[in-house]
Amino acid sequence: MKTEDTNKWEYAPSLEGTKHIQLKEKYDLFIDGKWVKPNADRYFASINPANEEKLADIAWASESDVDLAVKAARRAYVDVWSKMKASDRAKYIFRIARLMQERAREFAVIETLDGGKPIRESRDIDVPLACNHFFYYAGWADKLQDAFPNRSVESLGVAGQIIPWNFPLLMAAWKIAPALAAGNTVVLKPAETTSLTALKLAEIIEESGLPPGVVNIVTGHGDTGAAIVNHPDIDKIAFTGSTAVGKLIQKATAGTRKKVSLELGGKSANIVLEDAPMDQAVEGIVNGIFFNQGHVCCAGSRLYVQESVADELVRKLKQRMQSLYVGNPLDKNTDIGAINSKEQLETIEKYVQIGIKEGAEMFQVECEVPTKGFYCRPTIFTNVAQSSVIAQEEIFGPVLTIQTFRTIDEVIQKANNSPYGLAAGVWTDKGSRIFNLTSKLRAGVVWANTYNKFDPASPFGGYKESGFGREGGLHGLEAYLK
Amino acid sequence: MNILKTYKIYIGGQFPRTESGRFYAVKDQDGKAIANVCLSSKKDIRNAVQAARKAFGSWSERSAFNRGQILYRMAEMLEGRKAQFVEELMQQGQSLEHSKIEIESCIERIVYYAGWCDKYQQILSSVNPVNSSHFNFSVAEPTGVVGVLAEQSSGLIGLVSQLMPVIAGGNSAVLIASEQLPLCAITFAEVLETSDLPAGVVNILTGSAIEMLPTLAEHMDVNALFLSNAGKGLTTEAQLLAVDNVKRVVVKDEDWTKESNQGIRYISSFQEIKTTWHPIEQIGGATSSY
Repeated sequence: MKTEDTNKWEYAPSLEGTKHIQLKEKYDLFIDGKWVKPNADRYFASINPANEEKLADIAWASESDVDLAVKAARRAYVDVWSKMKASDRAKYIFRIARLMQERAREFAVIETLDGGKPIRESRDIDVPLACNHFFYYAGWADKLQDAFPNRSVESLGVAGQIIPWNFPLLMAAWKIAPALAAGNTVVLKPAETTSLTALKLAEIIEESGLPPGVVNIVTGHGDTGAAIVNHPDIDKIAFTGSTAVGKLIQKATAGTRKKVSLELGGKSANIVLEDAPMDQAVEGIVNGIFFNQGHVCCAGSRLYVQESVADELVRKLKQRMQSLYVGNPLDKNTDIGAINSKEQLETIEKYVQIGIKEGAEMFQVECEVPTKGFYCRPTIFTNVAQSSVIAQEEIFGPVLTIQTFRTIDEVIQKANNSPYGLAAGVWTDKGSRIFNLTSKLRAGVVWANTYNKFDPASPFGGYKESGFGREGGLHGLEAYLK
Repeated sequence: MNILKTYKIYIGGQFPRTESGRFYAVKDQDGKAIANVCLSSKKDIRNAVQAARKAFGSWSERSAFNRGQILYRMAEMLEGRKAQFVEELMQQGQSLEHSKIEIESCIERIVYYAGWCDKYQQILSSVNPVNSSHFNFSVAEPTGVVGVLAEQSSGLIGLVSQLMPVIAGGNSAVLIASEQLPLCAITFAEVLETSDLPAGVVNILTGSAIEMLPTLAEHMDVNALFLSNAGKGLTTEAQLLAVDNVKRVVVKDEDWTKESNQGIRYISSFQEIKTTWHPIEQIGGATSSY
């Protein structure tokens, strides 16, 4: 089999402009509607992972800064937000959505600069979804009683929210929008490598006239997050991130009154049956594992292919991978941008080495990647055992393991044989078979003949060690109500 | 001369003695021993979890209608054995009047949850209007194996109020009975066993909560815990041990004798929401007008 002979199309670079965006050199904390310097006067650099150049200095919040933010959020909750007419609350959230839409392109460019994801994705997926999330939840604010009839709906109070670096603005929206709609106030901490769009969101919140203290953004590292988790005056912790940190949070909140929702890691199975439309399945596999460089908690990172079509499918997949463009995230042709950080690149490379050592067969596209910045070629492993580390642990990068199966029962067992249960994919032309699989797979989101689709109206969250609670849709309100 | 009942535990549809061979004496109010009860061990807990896991798949996939039939059958069986339960509650120090009320409430609660078996799904589920050409819907599915520490202050109503929403929702359960009031728990297991409840769906152990709960809380094959008035110390300990496999820990410190403390919220606490997406084909320009 030859994969090299695929004609590589040449594209002229098509770079998104960066002149129209406004970035400050230094960002302070957004507390009580004001920009305040961190008490310890500490800052850290946020760099562009695509070229390792510094974008801005970001304030590093300490415990006392977090305390200020929580106090502001408490005051805003007691004095203003919990007393406000629900329909007025809605109007503020609608207004935030509109202001974000107006500055959507600026958000997209900054998201790409700060996080390394292709501009095509930040422009067409992250930012519109984030805006829509605010728009969706705005309308719920004055309909909570209709959402939960026969029960009194009450907000929780102050929500502490900690979000990851893979979808920085979108995760901020997933957290803030339902919390505000349900009548809570917020202290949010973005991930340390991707603070910028959350800070731009703070600018919009300022512009929107939202009462001071309703949303507070505190940037920083893990210690800042810990200060939020351990703060005694917080009523709710919402976390999206790794299962390891999620467990620390569950432990820290044991014995407290804090309500917790966790959206953690995954190792999702993507299952291709022999009657699947092959070309569509290949597109779905590519989207499942290479979307956002594989930095996706629900990435379809374990591919299961029915034995009878495995050779054909792997051949087509390799061929398709040849046409993936890895490179400058600002280039509109780019499919796979930069890995979010040096640290994450090292993690991915470590797993690739483990895969090779375990005896799996690796295939990587032989494309050129920029010399500066953090890049990883799209990688697949065949001949992988179910017990392999690379088939069991979350890699969070563009690395796919491929296994084969013969019967449906076998693949259901293999797919469910994981401590995770976030998502799954099923590819087949037969309706009854889809429902057999989708009902037996122990995962919170199941995509049939599609993958990695998201929507504000669609509940998202995991089974088992992938966490608990749902975000999105009516079910997402539950996490922010008593 | 009366024949005294031997109280054994209930694992996988069978009534073994504790593998440890240990027992403790249950006493009446005057301090007179009324029965010897199994002082179950950690190993019994592990055996029970294994049985519960084995039963989970087929129980959760049974038709909701069938689960409702089985729960209703439990109410029928309990109705027929009311007198025995009243006697046991009285032996453990309760008045005749209170004992009768408790059993009546238990029967009503079981009938109540029997009715929920094929209804909560429609209330918890949704079809989601996504902004793309997909059919997208969310359904409730059982969490899995649930460890239940029964309310310690009651002989039966706490146990029934906690257990019914768990199994009505398709979960299987490992239940630690009230340490001081264990008699009804084992007699209730006999009701379960004669109600066509598949083996292993419910497992009931007697003994020391302090000794057994940690084993249940840290067990990697238990998906959720249900605690009621366990006290701050024990509750926190269970919450800490539950972390290793991200168990859902549900703490409801309720007065279970109240009718208001029943409802779909106790079912939904042990449900996971699964969302399924499927594309909708869009080829021509035809619409659904006319």
